Amino acid sequence: MSDKTSLAEICISAASKAWEGDGEILATGIGLIPRIAAGLAKLTHSQDLMMTDGETYLISEPAPMGKRDTSHDQVEGYMSYSRVFENLWGGKRHAMVTPTQIDCFGQTNISSIGEYASPKVQLLGVRGFPGNSISHKNSIFIPNHSVKTFVEGEVDMVSSMGYKNKDLSNGTFEIKSVVTNLGVFDFQGENDSLQLLSLHPGISVDDVRVNTGFEFSVESEIETPMPSSEELSLIRDVLDPHSIRNSIFGE
Amino acid sequence: MDKVLTHQEVIDQLSSDMTIGIGGWGARRKPMSLIRAICQSDITDLTVVSYGGPDVGLLCAHKKVKKLIFGFVSLDMIPLEAHFRQARQNNEIEVMELDEGMVQWGLRAAAMNLPFLPTRVGLGTDVLTHNPELEFVKSPYSDKEKLVAMPALNLDVALLHVNKSDEKGNTQIIGPDPFFDELFARAADKTYVSSEEVLSTEDLGGKDGAMFNRFERSLVAGVIHAPCGAHPTSCAPNYGFDLKHLKEYSAAAKSFDEYRLQFLNCTPQEYIDSVGGSEAINNIPLPQF
Repeated sequence: MSDKTSLAEICISAASKAWEGDGEILATGIGLIPRIAAGLAKLTHSQDLMMTDGETYLISEPAPMGKRDTSHDQVEGYMSYSRVFENLWGGKRHAMVTPTQIDCFGQTNISSIGEYASPKVQLLGVRGFPGNSISHKNSIFIPNHSVKTFVEGEVDMVSSMGYKNKDLSNGTFEIKSVVTNLGVFDFQGENDSLQLLSLHPGISVDDVRVNTGFEFSVESEIETPMPSSEELSLIRDVLDPHSIRNSIFGE
Repeated sequence: MDKVLTHQEVIDQLSSDMTIGIGGWGARRKPMSLIRAICQSDITDLTVVSYGGPDVGLLCAHKKVKKLIFGFVSLDMIPLEAHFRQARQNNEIEVMELDEGMVQWGLRAAAMNLPFLPTRVGLGTDVLTHNPELEFVKSPYSDKEKLVAMPALNLDVALLHVNKSDEKGNTQIIGPDPFFDELFARAADKTYVSSEEVLSTEDLGGKDGAMFNRFERSLVAGVIHAPCGAHPTSCAPNYGFDLKHLKEYSAAAKSFDEYRLQFLNCTPQEYIDSVGGSEAINNIPLPQF
């Protein structure tokens, strides 16, 4: 491995900040970067977070990526799918997910692309996105920021609700952080709109603009902070010792 | 009391146009030998309720599905289910697409003999747009909140796969996650349970074993001895999912006849032999996530 900090590592570090200050809740990172990021949050600023082994048990330390000796997992609790539903309806969770589409309202789609009756591309189905979005805080990681992912108008099949319907959520609706391969964003712009918080190295505001299908505001053009040396060693030595993270951007 | 049935005896209890709930989750603990038996029968036009995996895909590939009530269809390690996708993209099936939790809520309402259960889940999403039959209720209390009235998902039949059973229908799910099998059983008029092992009651492990008994035997209409009956899905702790077979199955979406002739034109025992035998299946390691 080269010592140069990779884009995946920059994204992991930035994404881990999403859970800052969350306290004792269930952190769920779905997919490569979100999962490592959740683990990094737990090992640095948010040690009270609860995490699963990727299946049914809560474990004391984040599960590293790839093959591991699970007999070393310190199991501390139980989190079946039924328990996940109970937990999330109570709001004690913050998930980071990767939808196929996102729009200016923060609505996302993992269900299908195109005409609903006979979709051009059938994806997973809405899964737990409607319930997640109306019940607890969520964040988003998009590895391929483009006008196909940040779509003009609205997403094809609204799987998770957005800010335009936030009043339906009993005050819980929040998209805390949006991390992409281009930069870091949130929805704290005027009227709950997307705003740019930082740009990854070598990326310009124009790069973001041509790859985003809707207007966004620019809160800051600073460069996304590099991971600290502590973060880098946790990512490289503890959370992802087989460097699976490098596959996400072909690094 | 002896509830042990053959696969064919279960099929004889089913008919076209039924609403069938299928236990398990994605590529985990699906009653696949029963699903294959349905595929080989002349039963058709089913309404299927499932946390979908290859059960849904195989039924779609055999044109058995009129309507699918679902939150997702996935093979876990292979995120998208090729046969289900094909059925959707060709507009071959009706769908009622719901949040996973709404599916649970619908089963729970049916289990409790209630017409619906209220929830916020679904509000603000196209789940409501595409299911205009979903109605709302207003909280009768001072908050007056408007909620979705998730209707009961009443099932004619539930099909489940478990690790152990006796002849009376005392079943045990030993794997760490029982998923929502209990609610499928409670939501159904009749539940048929295929089991890796059918043992005498005294061999079910007494009080320790009873901790794995997720629903009572009065809900179980029939028990089917089906060793490796969940293949190619997993049945923890007995065996993991057969990723190699799932890939072959997925690839068969392009041209299904060869797969059908090889794996669907045979008895449950012939099927097991055709995929490597029970010893090989029981040696498939559990997946690690």
